[in-house]
Amino acid sequence: MLALKELKQDETAVIEKVMNGNVDAGLLAEMGLTPGTPVRLVKFAPLGDPLEVEVRGYHLSIRCAEAKAIMVKKA
Amino acid sequence: MTDRAQFSEQNKQTPEAVDIAIVGNPNAGKTTVFNALTGLRQKVGNYPGVTVEKKTGRIHGGGREVRVHDLPGLYSLIPKSLDDKIASDIVHGHSNALGNLRLVVVVVDASNLSRNLYLVTQVIELGLPVLVAANMMDAAAQCGIELNTSKLADRLGCPVISLVANKRTGIPELKDRILSMAFRPNGNTGGSAMKIGTDVSDVIEPIAGWLRDNAGMHGTASQSEAVRIVSSDVALEKWLTTTNGQMKREQSRLSTLVAASRDGLQQQKLDWTTLETNLRYKWVDEICRDVIQKTGKERPRFSEIIDKVLTHRVAGPLCFLILFALIFQSIFSWAEVPMAAIDSLVTWAGDQVATVMPDGVLEDLLVNGAITGVGAILVFLPQILFLFFFLSLLEDTGYMARVAFIMDRLMRGTGLSGRSVIPLLSSFACAIPGIMATRTISASRDRLVTIMIAPLMSCSARLPVYALIIGAFVPATAVLGIFTLPGLVLLALYLLGIFGAVVAAFVFTRFLGRKQRPSTFVMELPPYRMPSLRWILLQMFERARIFVMTAGKIILAISIVLWFLSSYPRADHLNSSQAIKQSYAGQLGQVIEPVIRPLGFDWKMGIGLITSFAAREVLVSTMATIYNVENADENSQTLREILRNEVDPETGQPVYTPLVAVSLMVFFVFACQCMSTVAIVRRETNSWRWPVIMVAYMTAMAYLGSLIVYQGGIALGLG
Repeated sequence: MLALKELKQDETAVIEKVMNGNVDAGLLAEMGLTPGTPVRLVKFAPLGDPLEVEVRGYHLSIRCAEAKAIMVKKA
Repeated sequence: MTDRAQFSEQNKQTPEAVDIAIVGNPNAGKTTVFNALTGLRQKVGNYPGVTVEKKTGRIHGGGREVRVHDLPGLYSLIPKSLDDKIASDIVHGHSNALGNLRLVVVVVDASNLSRNLYLVTQVIELGLPVLVAANMMDAAAQCGIELNTSKLADRLGCPVISLVANKRTGIPELKDRILSMAFRPNGNTGGSAMKIGTDVSDVIEPIAGWLRDNAGMHGTASQSEAVRIVSSDVALEKWLTTTNGQMKREQSRLSTLVAASRDGLQQQKLDWTTLETNLRYKWVDEICRDVIQKTGKERPRFSEIIDKVLTHRVAGPLCFLILFALIFQSIFSWAEVPMAAIDSLVTWAGDQVATVMPDGVLEDLLVNGAITGVGAILVFLPQILFLFFFLSLLEDTGYMARVAFIMDRLMRGTGLSGRSVIPLLSSFACAIPGIMATRTISASRDRLVTIMIAPLMSCSARLPVYALIIGAFVPATAVLGIFTLPGLVLLALYLLGIFGAVVAAFVFTRFLGRKQRPSTFVMELPPYRMPSLRWILLQMFERARIFVMTAGKIILAISIVLWFLSSYPRADHLNSSQAIKQSYAGQLGQVIEPVIRPLGFDWKMGIGLITSFAAREVLVSTMATIYNVENADENSQTLREILRNEVDPETGQPVYTPLVAVSLMVFFVFACQCMSTVAIVRRETNSWRWPVIMVAYMTAMAYLGSLIVYQGGIALGLG
């Protein structure tokens, strides 16, 4: 298990869980980042943060702080 | 009786015109559906007490009328911003903004079904009649998604109409279905609800029971709302702050029940914060598996290919800079032509009135008060039209989200997010369209802070002031070969404004943010789409109308007050230079002289500071009047000469030393010398509180800035 942020560009993994704490896990989950969902890291923004992911067929920008709290498992 | 029940009562009495609401995820094509349904004949107003826009259109059929309300886009019924809250309250029946709500049309993006169905299932469980408009069926097909709408209708328990709204496919069917559903008596809607296992339903049952007893909610709705309350403090808050008599008495019991349920879930090793999302997405995913057939076609990577350039590490920021330079250029210089035309038209109108009317107070009031005031409003129109043309274009194509994506990291130091970039950059041209552009910022705190700091960006109206003073006092010496001293001073003034804005943002975000959760930046990057020119033009003129109608009234009133201050008491026998000195504005200038003395200003500059509250550039014409220079503008050599040679009658020293000039410019960098800004902030924040705070803090910054410059300069022997 590793954090979504540790993925390389264009890598796909499946979400295991979203760690509660500094981030609004409920909001991330509402946007479709729920356990069992495949997610692809599309790219990092020019300054390295935020990053773009593809989830449930659409593209979403989240900050690195949020991507650190999303634990994934590589397929 | 609940709000919902009250609505049903009203429904029985007025069957002729009913209200329906359109809701949906942002970027699902909600507005396109709304426009296609109602044509572009729509009324834009405000929800009572807030600045969220309320768009209403009408559809007719069979002698009956349906009022269609386009609600702000939202992802879930748990609100994240003011816009979300309005929409959520209306579909919940907690808002009286729409009286007679009979049907909710939920627009979904068929190419992105699961996230869209999340909201659909939440709305269905509320118990109102729901009609699902499955939009972008063509895009879905291109993505290899074949949606079986009749199967979806079965699973959801409500009708589903398939649409390609931008090609008007399916719109007549949608209209017919709305007309037939909106006038059907409210009854059991037959909508399905998500499955909740007994492990969860047992734990939440006491809360559902509370909702049935105290809020009159029925089976499905009470269970659905109970899950939401357990999962989210925002959803719970709404019930704990209601002022309804019976519910108020029972509030403490609700808190206890929720705490107990959360404990119960924790004992089962269930995370209550994601309880609803996990249950609902499980339910939605099950529906999706049933109604979607994959044709094996790959999702097109069209937007991703464009983004290879537009959000590229190097090319991305570069494209952004070029694009913005172009927009900046249009606001700054292309708008000059129509602005000059409006200006001369207003002057011409004033002259015409002056020749036709007999000389006197009324003539003066009309020409120098009212017509000048109207001119001050109209002169901003070209800039507003240009800026909003481009902003709507960027928003509708989907590029605006990319700007926020690129710039977010840079903005974070101030406590803001990437969403504030465009409004702040626009404010370099003019703070008014910049402040109006903050509507794209969904987080209400970020929006407010952006509004508050926008006027610190050096706008184009400061240029005449800078030009006059730099021209008079800064020698055109070359620096390092390619630069000149006046150019560098100008640059320094712009940088000083930015620095002030960063400091102010830092203070405001901490000051306003104490009660708020940490700012998140979870933002959809929608696919690039072709914009609709008709819609862009409509939005552009709508913004212009809002500006003229609402800010205009305030600007007109302030102009007349300023006219009064600078022309009374009447002194028709004196020349204009003497007249302004003994006017109320002149007297005020002398009253405030002790206050502005430490900044190096005399009472004549005091008059300028007072009159330039109308607009910064008025300082130039006021100085011209005081020093009796005919037809002077900021490039006038005579006026510059006079300023340089002005001598203090007591000391015999020059009044305008270079240090005083710098102090005056620093004052103009920070001061909120613009009544139009005050008026638009009043309009956008819907209260006098924020414009008052803005004037106060900016004046304080201006005073302190000038004080430090002048006194520091004196101490260093630069005076």
